[in-house]
Amino acid sequence: MTNAEIVDRIKAQLPESILGSEEFRNDLTILVRKDDIVRVAEFVKSDPDLLFDLVIDVCGVDLYQPEQRFEVVYNLYSLNMKRYLRLKVRVGEDNPVVPTVTSVWPGANWHERETWDMFGIKFAGHPDLRRIYMPEEFEHFPLRKDFPLMGIPDSLSLPRR
Amino acid sequence: MPARSADEVKISPILKALEDQDTSVLYDPLDNTMVLNIGPQHPATHGVLRLLVKLEGETVLSSVADLGYLHRGYEKIAENGTYHEFIPHTDRLDYLSPISNNVGYVLAVEKLLGLEVPPRAQYIRVLVCEMARIASHLVSVGSMAMDVGALTVLLWTFREREKVLDIFDVLCGARFTTSYARIGGLQQDWSPQCTAMLEAFLQEFEQDVVEVEALLRTNKIFIDRCEGVGYLSQGDCVAMGLTGPLLRASGVPYDLRRDNPYLVYDKLDFNVVTAKESDALARFYVRIAEMRESAKILRQSLDALPAGSYNAMNPKRVLPNKERTYTKMEELIHDFMLINIGIDPPVGEVYQAIESSKGQLGFYIVSDGTGHPWRMKIRSPSMVNLQSLPMMLKGAMISDIVAIIGSLDPVMGEADK
Repeated sequence: MTNAEIVDRIKAQLPESILGSEEFRNDLTILVRKDDIVRVAEFVKSDPDLLFDLVIDVCGVDLYQPEQRFEVVYNLYSLNMKRYLRLKVRVGEDNPVVPTVTSVWPGANWHERETWDMFGIKFAGHPDLRRIYMPEEFEHFPLRKDFPLMGIPDSLSLPRR
Repeated sequence: MPARSADEVKISPILKALEDQDTSVLYDPLDNTMVLNIGPQHPATHGVLRLLVKLEGETVLSSVADLGYLHRGYEKIAENGTYHEFIPHTDRLDYLSPISNNVGYVLAVEKLLGLEVPPRAQYIRVLVCEMARIASHLVSVGSMAMDVGALTVLLWTFREREKVLDIFDVLCGARFTTSYARIGGLQQDWSPQCTAMLEAFLQEFEQDVVEVEALLRTNKIFIDRCEGVGYLSQGDCVAMGLTGPLLRASGVPYDLRRDNPYLVYDKLDFNVVTAKESDALARFYVRIAEMRESAKILRQSLDALPAGSYNAMNPKRVLPNKERTYTKMEELIHDFMLINIGIDPPVGEVYQAIESSKGQLGFYIVSDGTGHPWRMKIRSPSMVNLQSLPMMLKGAMISDIVAIIGSLDPVMGEADK
């Protein structure tokens, strides 16, 4: 299946969920409406023509812009077609909540925890949304662009005696 | 010191995560259920992995893995440096096969740039990637055998690995922290001495693998400790996103070298090794067989190694030869610009992965057109593979924990990034 055929296939089924698509170096990226990500995920996973059954990666991107500041990127792989697909949703800074896709791909669990840890994007319905790398009491989100490279002094308390 | 209030002594989140998991046995304090903390400083966890295990007698009821003890914030560092500056950091990801991480990273940057690398460089990259796979699998096989009690194997595999590291030493001047690949090429050319050393290594290697295997293949203790241990069904393996030897040991013939060929893997003849059993023993055999396939690839690549340049002709993107930098004006300017401003990539985003020894090692780069990546995500196979650890541990015996971790072969440098 070519990139255009994949876009058409998804668009035919869920026309209002797809906001756009782009292609760069033969990588296909599809921008999905935030609230529809689970429906799109279920479709691309279960559709017999697509079968994107392996979740390679879920990560956040801080675009550092006033509107729709964050992106959540889903890199998927189809063992059947042997090709990748990238889904994307955008979410604002005020209420960064995205529906979880752990119901579709259980393997997205830790990836979503990492995205929460690093960007502060919450995943609604996630079974175990704890920080994964940073300590639980840490209050900042290190991969946001406004977090300084050197860190924030005193943001990590020493263990109490 | 004032007494702690009720809020302060509340149950820690990680313990809560352990308690929240469904278990078939009800939790009763009078029961012989206990919570055991393993790691982060424990030799069998292969680094700084911490595990909280809830035990009923010697049976694992549930477990929670705790990561982050080796988190160095490499993705943040990548955003604040040029593309070239990140190459040494990739050594510290999967520190058992640093040279293939270098290659994986530069492949992602080259995909972003649309840069074509000369065939000689591609063959050399295949050579070093496969040597790294052999070195990493040797450690994996040896340490897994050591975890279940067979110390000799570790010593034998480390002896073999030493020969590979010696070749890296001659090739790029470092055994571990190689930083060998460069955007658009390599740090140094492959030398005839490397060819001689690799040929000598390959000549003995087949026999050495046979010897290592012979120590374990009919070893009743080893087989009893590994057979049926850490089983995960094929469906679960795919659902959890496992890759590499773990997924292949469950019967899915997924290998990026075959399915999405990069470098020159499509010109080489090798088999994708699979097994059906999906237990620790099957993973062991898959790794052993993969080493043989790697040796096959090495022989073919040595025979096919073409002559020519090992760096792409693209002075605006590829670092010039050091000798010429010191003597030629133009190269000095290019070197200065590349170091201070960086390559000028197009705006866009790419994902490029290689089949590393642990699984799919991928780099997702978002470029805003400047010399620094806007965002770089490292898709580390160890982290994803560790995610399935609680599923494998459930119902296992406490002594199986080390065998299961050994069969997963996690490298915490990569899992924690």
